[in-house]
Amino acid sequence: MGHIIAGGVSWSVKGHRLLDSIDMVAQAGKTVGLLGPNGSGKSTLLRLLAGLRRPDAGTVRYDDTSLRDLSRRMLARRLAVVEQDVSAHNHVNVRQVVELGRTPFRGRFDALTGHDRRVVDAALERVDIADKQDQSWNTLSGGEKQRAQLARALAQEPREILLDEPTNHLDIRHQLELLDLLRSLDITCVIALHDLNLAVRYCDHVVILDHGMVVAAGIPEAVLTPDLIESVYGVNVLVDREPTTDILRVTYLAATPPRRPSRKAIHLDPR
Amino acid sequence: MSMNPKRTAGRVEDPINGVETVPARLRYASTAALFAVAAAGLLVSVVVASLFGSANIGPLDVLSTILRHVGLGGIAPTPPLPKLLDALVWESRFPRVLLAATVGAALAVCGAVLQAVTRNPLADPYLLGVSSGASTGAVAVLLLGVGGGISLSTGAFAGGLVSFAVLLALLGGGRVASPSRVVLTGVLVSQFFAALTSVILMISGTANSTRGFTYWLLGALSGARWEVVTVTAAIVLIGVLAIQFLAPALDAFTFGWDSATALGINVTAARIWLIVLTSIITAAAVASSGAIGFIGLLVPHAVRILTSPMHRSLLPLSAVIGAVFLIWVDTFARVAFTPHEIPAGVITALLGAPAFALVLKRLES
Repeated sequence: MGHIIAGGVSWSVKGHRLLDSIDMVAQAGKTVGLLGPNGSGKSTLLRLLAGLRRPDAGTVRYDDTSLRDLSRRMLARRLAVVEQDVSAHNHVNVRQVVELGRTPFRGRFDALTGHDRRVVDAALERVDIADKQDQSWNTLSGGEKQRAQLARALAQEPREILLDEPTNHLDIRHQLELLDLLRSLDITCVIALHDLNLAVRYCDHVVILDHGMVVAAGIPEAVLTPDLIESVYGVNVLVDREPTTDILRVTYLAATPPRRPSRKAIHLDPR
Repeated sequence: MSMNPKRTAGRVEDPINGVETVPARLRYASTAALFAVAAAGLLVSVVVASLFGSANIGPLDVLSTILRHVGLGGIAPTPPLPKLLDALVWESRFPRVLLAATVGAALAVCGAVLQAVTRNPLADPYLLGVSSGASTGAVAVLLLGVGGGISLSTGAFAGGLVSFAVLLALLGGGRVASPSRVVLTGVLVSQFFAALTSVILMISGTANSTRGFTYWLLGALSGARWEVVTVTAAIVLIGVLAIQFLAPALDAFTFGWDSATALGINVTAARIWLIVLTSIITAAAVASSGAIGFIGLLVPHAVRILTSPMHRSLLPLSAVIGAVFLIWVDTFARVAFTPHEIPAGVITALLGAPAFALVLKRLES
């Protein structure tokens, strides 16, 4: 596990600034939540952290190495990315999907080694999908696809992992299992999340994005105040502690009427 | 998990839509076995297909003639044939069989690659218009003297590359277009270049134009001569081997360009190499035999269903099975309706169109 540091990262598309001087740190082994409404720049920031897009300004560093000094292959040996809603163009089966995770370790003509197979087996077991490994990817449910992608990411034996709304298609049980699993691993995680209550329970640190800027960062309990949630999400909330578990609880009351008619949210496709 | 797949005799019944998939371990073993069988089948096919033709020459005589010409005369089982029959086997039938094998392998591999590069199971050099572009290039050089003395193959390569560039430009560069859009755009490109080829053939108006017309537009192997075979085979062999280097990238394309990049693949470089290599291979195939369609669709899909969609094994298997396939299609095309000879491209289209419908159905499921 290693730490990820973004310093002054900005990114624009066609003159629209989608990210503006983002500073953030993911400490080694910690789980960091990226929060914010749709279009706030969560997915874009994850793409820049992953080196899939090059920032216009600023740097991303893994431990003490700048992303620019890491080759794609070397980066893929330490960093795994789980995207949202990916689709396959051919009929791969689940095991073959997970085996793709070994790509950065395999030579061009190498067969999978015994070690590769053991890593793949372990990854399949970890996400509880080993019994479907021979099934075609296209026949899986949304939640199973998400877990198969996570298994593929684990097969990369990453030190850091970036996940874009990984709980999206999961039922409640698998949401909790996935986040428990991520926490139990010795991997630095940066997770874009929508559910504030899951963020409170599972994140060591949260970064709140709004219109491409960091508006708050810190431990969830300190950051997620009713005022902040109202100003970022436009929702009136009640924040209290759940009496039996004593965990912070966010209860959504009502959407507030729009207060910022002058600032239009930018909904450009970041791709 | 909730539903356990039903296992019956090594195959798994998919509980959701009944699609059968073969367990991974079984596939690894069967892939190697299938490759061995297919490679043996190719060697046998090359000799056996050379038996067919108007003159009746015995199997051992054909084998002996081939062995004698490749420097293995010592183990030839029968005495030499008369000069005329020897030439018939060695100068006509055998190069034609080898050309069929070469072109079949080339088109099958190009189909597999194009399907991954466009992320579209309906891609094929013929359906995407690359073959038509190569035809136009070849015909332009041949009949109009465009390019001032460049070779037919170079013209075909330029034409293939231009049509591919047009296709990608119409599809919007790096974005992933929907399968139907890729296919419709391919139809557009292919019709346009086919029309250009027709115009060139019509206005050139030489004595050969009628014959050339069917030859370039339908695809046939009747032009097989040793000079053609050796050049084509050399280009195809080098191209196919180079593509094999990019098999990991082709696999990584399964979930798109970002996903492949995150697996450590240099996507831009890999795609450019793959497009250039497929254009060169398609051009070599088209320069020798015109635009033969659907092999790039039929063969890779059959191999995927039989073994695995992963390219380390898919590419070599497609090459060998594509070679065997076109050998037999062409043998059928030249002997089934003697004295008439049908262009091989007509037979592949007859077989390919229903296969296209099947792939379309599978895609929608």
